[in-house]
Amino acid sequence: MIPMQKNGPVALLFHTLVVAFVLAPLVVICLVAFTPENTLSIPTTSFSLRWFREIFRHPDFVASFVNSLWLASLAATLSVAISVPAALAIDRYDFPGRNALNALFLSPLIIPHLVLGVAFLRLFALIGATGSFAWLVACHVVVITPYVLRLVMAAFTGLDRSAEQAAMTLGASHWTVFRRVTAPMILPGITGGWLLAFINSFDELTMSIFVTSPQTVTLPVRMYMYATESIDPMMAAVSALMIALTAAAMLVLDRAFGLDKILVGQK
Amino acid sequence: MSFLTLEKLSKVYGDFAAARDIDLSVAKGEFVSLLGPSGCGKTTTLQMIAGLVEPTTGTIMLDGRDITRETPNKRGLGIVFQSYALFPHMTVAQNVAFGLEMRKVAKAERDERVATMLGLVHLGGFAERYPRQLSGGQRQRVAIARALVIQPPVLLLDEPLSNLDAKLREEMQFELRRIQQRVGTTTIMVTHDQAEALSISDRVVVMEQGRMTQVDAPYKLYENPATPFISTFVGKMNRLDGVWRKGAAEIAGIALPSEASGFVEGQAIALSVRPEKIALKPAGQGRLDGTIANRFFLGGSWLFTVETPAGAILVSAPNDGEEPAREGAKVALDWALASQRIEPLAQGAAA
Amino acid sequence: MSVGRSAATPFWLAGPGALLFLGLIVLPLVLTVILSFHAYDHTTGIKNEFILAHYAAVFSDDYYLGIFWRTLRLAALTTLICAVIGAPEAYILSRMRDPWRSVFLLVIIGPLLVSVVVRAFGWSMLLGSTGLVNQSLQAFGFDSVRLLYTETAIVIALVHVMLPFMVIPVWTALQKLDPMVEAAAWSLGASHFTALRRVVLPQVSLGMLSGSLIVFGLSASAFAIPGLLGGRRLKMAATLVYDEYMHELNWPLGATIAIIVLAANLVIMLAYNRVVETRARKALG
Repeated sequence: MIPMQKNGPVALLFHTLVVAFVLAPLVVICLVAFTPENTLSIPTTSFSLRWFREIFRHPDFVASFVNSLWLASLAATLSVAISVPAALAIDRYDFPGRNALNALFLSPLIIPHLVLGVAFLRLFALIGATGSFAWLVACHVVVITPYVLRLVMAAFTGLDRSAEQAAMTLGASHWTVFRRVTAPMILPGITGGWLLAFINSFDELTMSIFVTSPQTVTLPVRMYMYATESIDPMMAAVSALMIALTAAAMLVLDRAFGLDKILVGQK
Repeated sequence: MSFLTLEKLSKVYGDFAAARDIDLSVAKGEFVSLLGPSGCGKTTTLQMIAGLVEPTTGTIMLDGRDITRETPNKRGLGIVFQSYALFPHMTVAQNVAFGLEMRKVAKAERDERVATMLGLVHLGGFAERYPRQLSGGQRQRVAIARALVIQPPVLLLDEPLSNLDAKLREEMQFELRRIQQRVGTTTIMVTHDQAEALSISDRVVVMEQGRMTQVDAPYKLYENPATPFISTFVGKMNRLDGVWRKGAAEIAGIALPSEASGFVEGQAIALSVRPEKIALKPAGQGRLDGTIANRFFLGGSWLFTVETPAGAILVSAPNDGEEPAREGAKVALDWALASQRIEPLAQGAAA
Repeated sequence: MSVGRSAATPFWLAGPGALLFLGLIVLPLVLTVILSFHAYDHTTGIKNEFILAHYAAVFSDDYYLGIFWRTLRLAALTTLICAVIGAPEAYILSRMRDPWRSVFLLVIIGPLLVSVVVRAFGWSMLLGSTGLVNQSLQAFGFDSVRLLYTETAIVIALVHVMLPFMVIPVWTALQKLDPMVEAAAWSLGASHFTALRRVVLPQVSLGMLSGSLIVFGLSASAFAIPGLLGGRRLKMAATLVYDEYMHELNWPLGATIAIIVLAANLVIMLAYNRVVETRARKALG
């Protein structure tokens, strides 16, 4: 339809190089993970699962993985529980301090995670909360809520308000309108927000490294510590598993909502 | 016997009056249209009746009951929204059943009434579809069915046909009227399309800048527009400004005889006559001579623009199968005295 | 919709979240600012004296200044490279047809969701002395080069991590662009290059600017990349803070550096808002 919009050969070569650059480290990880050797090498003759089995001989890794799963699920769920009413208030009501509130909720986006980590550590040292899993969850909620809030807000803004009015004129009460009409219509935004929050929480390193204790170490923190000490193919195996997990989540997100919509967002 | 009455209904935002002093009585079973350009207050009026906008002053009486302060979910009116506002996550049947569910109608009766209503709007086979699987016209019918199934005392239609293409729009106009007459529901429709309002309403309410300016049956509105605005907004109209001199209208120095009286010598007046009331005659045999500047073939009729000493005049002539006069031809314009209207040109009212 | 709702409703709805954010953002930040003024002694720890010595030390000691300078330099270089790669890539993506367009958009921005530790680890394998890059160099008869634990390694990995943040805003700006405006420019006699420069570029430059500031801000406070690819010696601001906290245990000094990083970040964001506002005002005439 649109004339002369094709990319030329130079553009395609450039594009190929960029894609190769983007994929290179991920591909190398996935290949090295299957090496039968003791060193970080790309398997050429045979593939082995020995380094995946090795992970299970490190109970600390398994514990961190489980810990991270719990942490991310709890934090994402709590974040949704906070974001939906907050988005409702910001989108539907005009009240003093509305803009300030919106800025407060989005502020973790412009504060470096490093600074947040340091700040949380100070607070926890003073109130004696260091090493507490509950407080770690609270920290993650703060960091991931902006992502959820943005998606839920976009869902509210994109909602056809007349559908709610229609329900009301058909006799539904405020609560029924929310339960039967509003909630189902913003559900995609909520689900997308939850998944995005889950991934962000699951991957978070910089803030967590300051506030985790040996009992609450998350998987990225564990991997970072391990990688600074020694590098062996088991790291590749763990990394490959994380890539697989992320790819699976990405596919779900993409199928359900279009990943570009979620990541690129509509401001 | 008035069924729905609006009394001195106004909605004021700050110092802007969206609707002012709306007085209207609608009889049971009547189809009334609120007609006007965008921003004239017609939608605000409809939303006040629906309970979606709270009136600043005035009362709304329904069947002898004051409903002015009732919440929309208690009023029980049927509303068809401009965007249709169908629930995207529910099937056609679930959409239509929603209002009955809210009224705690038993499942069996509910299913029966939904089926009957879908039959009435010719959507019997679409009960299990989702709104996104329907065409614009079908969605429109679902919206109507959903509003009517609760047997509302009044049906409110907000620009119901504006999202449809021209051909479908015409079909749906008659469909809407058929359904309304079949069910007998009192109906109020908001529209900016004068053809739509004229074709299906019992009465038309014209609104300008928040006020009602004329309430009349469609043909009366067309023949006797109350304001210059209505005369140009409803149908096409030729308006010639001039002065009253010696018992005739004098336009650009040409005297056009008139049956009208009651004007003062030298008073500024406007003569108006509809294009279809003017006949084309051979030059010199009419009231006004002119030259055809251009002509458009509209299928059922021809539309001419004729340059005359009194100004450009639109003439509509039925298509009788022969080719009429060409551009540049000299013609005369003739019309019956009864079809022209002469009004005083009040200062400032011409706008 | 205001029928029967009280004015307190929004506060009930947003209240719990607001309290959490006040308690976990505002309060800890204030505490950290206070901490940065506390005196510190290596034997007795944090003392209840308030001094400006940490700020003075950070701004006068060559060791810290060197690290700040490296942080700014590498962040700026990363931003530049991201702009040079990301903007054309976004443009190429926008000219692709589906399904390629969606597939490659996913490929380019999808890694955003992969943990940064994983990506840093991948690069350390590629750039190591026996890594893939050196192996290919040797295969072509070149000498192997030391890449890992150099600034080059840090910049390569930072570009990899930050690229999506440049592609996304440029892509968004391009999406808003009517695809026919370029064709309109051609029809008026502009060459492809002129059309690109005079019609497309002005409209995506705001996206590039927005991307640049995000990339710069995130690069300057990046932790995992310099931590894993810079080694113990090549420190950047974030790894410096970590060391002060976890190895030196000098929290007040670490807090001082963290507050400086935060202040620099906020200045960048404010400058950005200024630029956007001026631009918007100009665009509206």
